[in-house]
Amino acid sequence: MLGKTNVKFRQSIVVRFSGDSGDGMQLAGNIFSSVSAEMGEIISTFPDYPAEVRAPQGSLSGVSGFQVHIGHGVHTPGDECDVLVAMNPAALKQNVQFLNKNGVAIVDIDSFKEIDLKKAKFTTDNPYKEIGLKTQIVEVPMTSMVKAALEDSGMDFKSQMKCRNMFALGLICWLFNMPLSSARRFLQHKFGNKPAVFDANCKVLQGGYDYGHNIHASVSKYRIETEDMRPGIYVDVNGNKATAWGLILASEKSGRPLYLGSYPITPATDILHELAKRRDLGVKACQMEDEIAGICSAIGAAYAGSLAVTSTSGPGLSLKSEAMGLAVMSELPLVIIDVQRGGPSTGMPTKTEQTDLMQALYGRSGECPLVVVAASSPTDCFHMAFEAARIAIEHMTPVILMTDAFIANGSSAWRVPEVGDYPEIHPNFVPEDKEATWHPYSRNEELVRYWSFPGVEGKMHRVGGLERDYDTGVISNSPENHERMVKTRAQKIANVANHIPLLEVKSEHEGCDTIIIGWGGTYGHIYTAYEHLNHAGKHIDFAQFNYINPLPRNTREVLTKYKTVIVAELNSGQFATYLQSQIPELNIKRINKVQGQPFLVNEIEEGITKIMEGK
Amino acid sequence: MAQTFQNPEPKDYKNDVAVRWCPGCGDHAVLNVLHKAMAELGVPPHMIAVVSGIGCSSRLPYYMNTYGFHTIHGRGGAIATGVKVANPQLTVWQISGDGDCLAIGGNHFIHEVRRNVDLNLLLLNNKIYGLTKGQFSPTSDRGCISKSSPYGTTEDPFIPAELVFGARGTFFARGIDVELKINQEIMVEGARHKGCSVIEILQNCMIFNNGIHNRITDKAVRANRTIHLVHGEKMLFGKNRDMGLVQEGFGLKAVRLDDGDYTIDDVLIHDAHCQDNFLHQQLAMMDGTNLPVALGVIRDVDAPSYETDVTVQMRKIQVKHRYRNLRDMILDGDTWERK
Repeated sequence: MLGKTNVKFRQSIVVRFSGDSGDGMQLAGNIFSSVSAEMGEIISTFPDYPAEVRAPQGSLSGVSGFQVHIGHGVHTPGDECDVLVAMNPAALKQNVQFLNKNGVAIVDIDSFKEIDLKKAKFTTDNPYKEIGLKTQIVEVPMTSMVKAALEDSGMDFKSQMKCRNMFALGLICWLFNMPLSSARRFLQHKFGNKPAVFDANCKVLQGGYDYGHNIHASVSKYRIETEDMRPGIYVDVNGNKATAWGLILASEKSGRPLYLGSYPITPATDILHELAKRRDLGVKACQMEDEIAGICSAIGAAYAGSLAVTSTSGPGLSLKSEAMGLAVMSELPLVIIDVQRGGPSTGMPTKTEQTDLMQALYGRSGECPLVVVAASSPTDCFHMAFEAARIAIEHMTPVILMTDAFIANGSSAWRVPEVGDYPEIHPNFVPEDKEATWHPYSRNEELVRYWSFPGVEGKMHRVGGLERDYDTGVISNSPENHERMVKTRAQKIANVANHIPLLEVKSEHEGCDTIIIGWGGTYGHIYTAYEHLNHAGKHIDFAQFNYINPLPRNTREVLTKYKTVIVAELNSGQFATYLQSQIPELNIKRINKVQGQPFLVNEIEEGITKIMEGK
Repeated sequence: MAQTFQNPEPKDYKNDVAVRWCPGCGDHAVLNVLHKAMAELGVPPHMIAVVSGIGCSSRLPYYMNTYGFHTIHGRGGAIATGVKVANPQLTVWQISGDGDCLAIGGNHFIHEVRRNVDLNLLLLNNKIYGLTKGQFSPTSDRGCISKSSPYGTTEDPFIPAELVFGARGTFFARGIDVELKINQEIMVEGARHKGCSVIEILQNCMIFNNGIHNRITDKAVRANRTIHLVHGEKMLFGKNRDMGLVQEGFGLKAVRLDDGDYTIDDVLIHDAHCQDNFLHQQLAMMDGTNLPVALGVIRDVDAPSYETDVTVQMRKIQVKHRYRNLRDMILDGDTWERK
């Protein structure tokens, strides 16, 4: 799917602070841009004052704004903003025109009372609908939290409210990883001779930052534009939504109803949100009591004949390990989605990483092979979710789909598939000519167990986590049989290689002896680096892996042609280690980053150049 | 209710797998009664799924001629929930023990009860871990001496009924392994109840905890130390049914009806269908010391079941939106065309 597309992405962000002219939006915006500049970002700002110096409070004519554009290659304040902070309804109304359709509106919900709406000339009680706001809205009770933060300050309400801009600034600093220490320095400079005011502002600033931390607030700083020029209907999606939609299509194509058992966890929760909405398409999404119940209820649904899915992130994947073993042992179809984040443990929940690969491949008791696939971009999440479900159903196995915070939250224009773009999925039901000899663990020639489930007459059977006899399906402790079953389960997964696409190499020049490879969500960055290098005369080929276990059939044949194989990944070398174990003769060099941040293109370029120059 | 089939018999629910529980284990009796209860209910075997976790009792699905799923320790409740939500037409039984259900699976247990998923949960309580060979369980009495508590436990047990009420359960019944008739009655009533039916059966482990329930199950004392509650009937017990339960102050009292102080008119009539669970709790907490241990259906009240409401909500929303497929839904949102 991504083969013919060209990926560009913007690493800059436009934030617009807006509020009443007395709300201190200029100050918040100024401090944010100064802090950003100090952090090495290139900035461009645009103050947008009201014509009247003090128009009536809360009125449309009194709205003041300040736009900041930060990032790389920034030359203008930006046409549209990605994040709009609106301190009241008037600010929202006046500025919604600047918010791009993938943006986020952050509002002080405490200032959206009836009287505030009236001042801003809203005529209904649903301001968002009235102005056609369809983007993500984060409703923050800023007024009440500022009040609570300054409860003991001895300040009156009006003075307290003058600090509200710092709450917004604190929250924005959290979102964009800006340290509060430099913001405090700017405040010190401004309020140095008024210690009480300085203290109050600092306290509120910290409050806004902590609030963002506590609710795991995040916005995608990236837009990964897939240049898909095919005619068709397009829609904007982020990776999590695309994942949910891919599963729904797989349900339609397989005739198996879709069940999701899940538990909220950053950054995967939006998959649960989207599928919960899709009761309108017959999806049963259940929020369970914990991660374990999420996967276990999904295993129950799979046992009962559904396309069953559970969605999570790294720590949740750990909790699901034992249940994945059960799904492997009872050979049930199941899709496990791991939206990777910074780990281990709670780690950095809103940040991106590729550090769960080894856990996905090996993190279970016993010899417990399952299929592992990964998505390359927000739109590719749709395709790989479909693929994960197809493989799970047709091969009666759990499949782990790995995405990450970067592509899960990143968005892109996506061409809605036409009828016929995707194949039918064929569940491995018991064929008529096998009815007589069927037992619950009998298999087709690819070693895939036949699927029968409760409600089907005449196929009553028992499955479970205990080892089974290969020939009869009855519980068995026989040593030889166990080894045979271990090998059978492994071979069943290996056979999946016959049903996935071959590894595709991108090459601009013949005879390259070096290839850069990646897997999953790093596609856009590596692809761009590959293009830049080739244009600069450094000849290198490129391949991105979406199918990790099993690897595409031609992997060895393709990679052994190169003198040097460079693996770039957002961990300390997990895919490189895996690849080396599968194809020991490769000469693998590594480019690694584990900072909770995506690669920068120039980091990859520099890494490759160093290796190519033998440094 | 799923379709019924012609003249069901216990053997229709039983398979020919050799039963592997120890001779004399209370589980044998429970299994036989379950076959009979299923025959009485008449749901065809292919419409029944029996789900279990890990432990001695959790081997039960192997002995059923129904669909069966022997899963992992403690997770039977979550897995059974998935089975029932995925296909509400099925009758789903969950088989569990005191360790499986109340220790490692405690969280799933309270939540399946709270959600009121339409499951029939047999909780076989022998107050000990059998499969791992004799460690105390979360229902073992304080001071219980076992392999993992050689000097006696220093913790209080769960009383399963209390957890059920705490989780706002809609059905609770109790039996003892040797009371076959009562057990069949409570299994049938439990299966007919729409919601999460917790059926606790006090069961004897011959090997690691022999006689743990003797204080109430011993034939010589059983009639006086247990009471069989039946909805709409007087709460009478004793060999000659000459004792009864009356309400006194805030609590219950066991009285004799033959010494002139109390008459049959003073004896309470059991109302299992009362929404208020105050008296049900009092009944369920009777421990055989001053008041007899309550057997039979203690609580059985109507409430919406989870999987039904999921399905009903889904149908309603589908009627409103009328999307035929994913594409319809997407095209109904913000899209643009590239020609």
